[in-house]
Amino acid sequence: MSAFADQVYLLGRRSVVRTVRQPANVVAPLLFPMLLLAVNSGGLKAETHLPGFPTDSFWAFALAVPFIQGALFATMNTGTDLARDIQTGFLNRLSLTPMRGITLLTGQLGGVIVMSVAQAAVYVGVGFAVGVRFASGPAGVALVFVFMALVALAFGALGAFAALRTGSGEAVQSLFPAFFVFLFISSMNMPRNLIEASWFRGLATANPVSYLLECVRSLIITGWDAEALALGFGIAAAIAVGAFVLSIWALRERMARS
Amino acid sequence: MPDPAVQADKLVREFKKGPRAVDGIDLAVAPGEIYGFLGPNGAGKSTTVHMLTTLLPPTSGTARVAGFDVVREGPQVRMRIGAALQEAALDPLLTGREHLRLQASLQAIPRLERTSRADELLARVGLGQAADRKVRGYSGGMKRRLDLALALVHRPEILFLDEPTTGLDVQSRTALWAEVSRLASHDGVTVFLTTQYLEEADVLADRVGIIDHGRIVAEGTPAALKAEVGRPTVEAIPASEDELPRLAAILERFGERVTSPKGVAVRLADGEVGLADVVRALDAEGLEPENLQLHQPSLDDVFLAKTGRSLEGAGDEDEEQAGLAMEST
Repeated sequence: MSAFADQVYLLGRRSVVRTVRQPANVVAPLLFPMLLLAVNSGGLKAETHLPGFPTDSFWAFALAVPFIQGALFATMNTGTDLARDIQTGFLNRLSLTPMRGITLLTGQLGGVIVMSVAQAAVYVGVGFAVGVRFASGPAGVALVFVFMALVALAFGALGAFAALRTGSGEAVQSLFPAFFVFLFISSMNMPRNLIEASWFRGLATANPVSYLLECVRSLIITGWDAEALALGFGIAAAIAVGAFVLSIWALRERMARS
Repeated sequence: MPDPAVQADKLVREFKKGPRAVDGIDLAVAPGEIYGFLGPNGAGKSTTVHMLTTLLPPTSGTARVAGFDVVREGPQVRMRIGAALQEAALDPLLTGREHLRLQASLQAIPRLERTSRADELLARVGLGQAADRKVRGYSGGMKRRLDLALALVHRPEILFLDEPTTGLDVQSRTALWAEVSRLASHDGVTVFLTTQYLEEADVLADRVGIIDHGRIVAEGTPAALKAEVGRPTVEAIPASEDELPRLAAILERFGERVTSPKGVAVRLADGEVGLADVVRALDAEGLEPENLQLHQPSLDDVFLAKTGRSLEGAGDEDEEQAGLAMEST
């Protein structure tokens, strides 16, 4: 194993170990999305009678939401972990080693990806338990895991960027409600073409989170929808690349070593 | 004479809208030496360490560590130094052993060597029993010792310790001093140690640099610095208040009077040999003071002589003045 891979593995392992040793960080991303899924599926199931609604199971429609909501929790975990490393001086310790900045970020985000994929496995399991079947079959389930890894990378890099720019865990956590606003003004609870209020439909159409949800939803409900997949993967990849580049720049500024 | 392990020339660091934290420092530390950098809070000690460890670029001036320029050759400097900075930078959720394995990996220690190196260092700093406990359960002294072990993972030539014993109990402090001494005497490690404790500098350091307001105000061996300040002081506490004038009159025959909170003190004109004359004079006058003590000059006396202030409390004084200045604006 190369030194880079070895260091990424250990930093990723640290990220996973840290999360697992803080039970709240494991329970919250599993419990809250599942609660929201249960509440919405109970309260909004009448939507399935609307003409043009894509499925007769609201569980199948809503199952995409926990994946994205869980990824938002991953964002917070990455951000607050990095901010804590800055505040405690741990980043200074790392700065004094020959390690490159990209190693730290890759390791940290690798750990977040592992946790997000594990969360996704729970969401898929819950979906199966309530009778949801993937129209895209086992390959579609596998692709959801790949997509979740990409979304976790994208959101995790955003959290890392926020932490590196502010150096404050509190500042990172204050972003959480802002991210939730994006989730709530998306096609989270209603297909975009069925949203009657034009201003809301406009916002949901402009909101990238809608396309992330629709990517997962298409694999569950539709099967293989090339446009939904291309938009979902394209947007997630664009956020991931952009946020990762910004985080690398912010890390260089933060480490500030000569 | 070998090249200095650490050398700084007119090193300056200014912060935006702030004072010159470091204001033209010149110093040279010989290989294998323990250099004590002594000063009150806010004197510029940590800023200097941050510059010498490549964590903070100087505003002007130059510094070389292990023969490499801290600005242009940062990676080469970092390969040769270890540092335990002011706050023990540890992850409370990891165990001591996990810290050492991670640090060994980041320092590119070969995989096969990591376990033995971790075990060796844990034993060396007395954390063998606590190695698999999470750091959040460690005491302050244990955290400091783990911090030291982490700084030593890659066998550095030069070790920077930024106030390593602040907040520690006497036992932990003494244990850390013993380890630092051993590093220098047995392993030939150069140690650059910042401290605000006079005793620490006195006990540990081969040479001391005293820093105040970003400038080095005195430098030398502790003995030479104290000798420079001069003669010892004799202090007598009278058995009763009414004996004080007579006691003062006798003692003033042997040197100039200095402050004493409870009795009379004079700096002996003839040095410590004058103590015998003092005792004889008191005996001849029939005076038996409650307490008679000879005080050797301390590094605090050196600080007082160079800055006009006592080291103990000087940092607080500066902070109070800064606070008053803030209030008045």
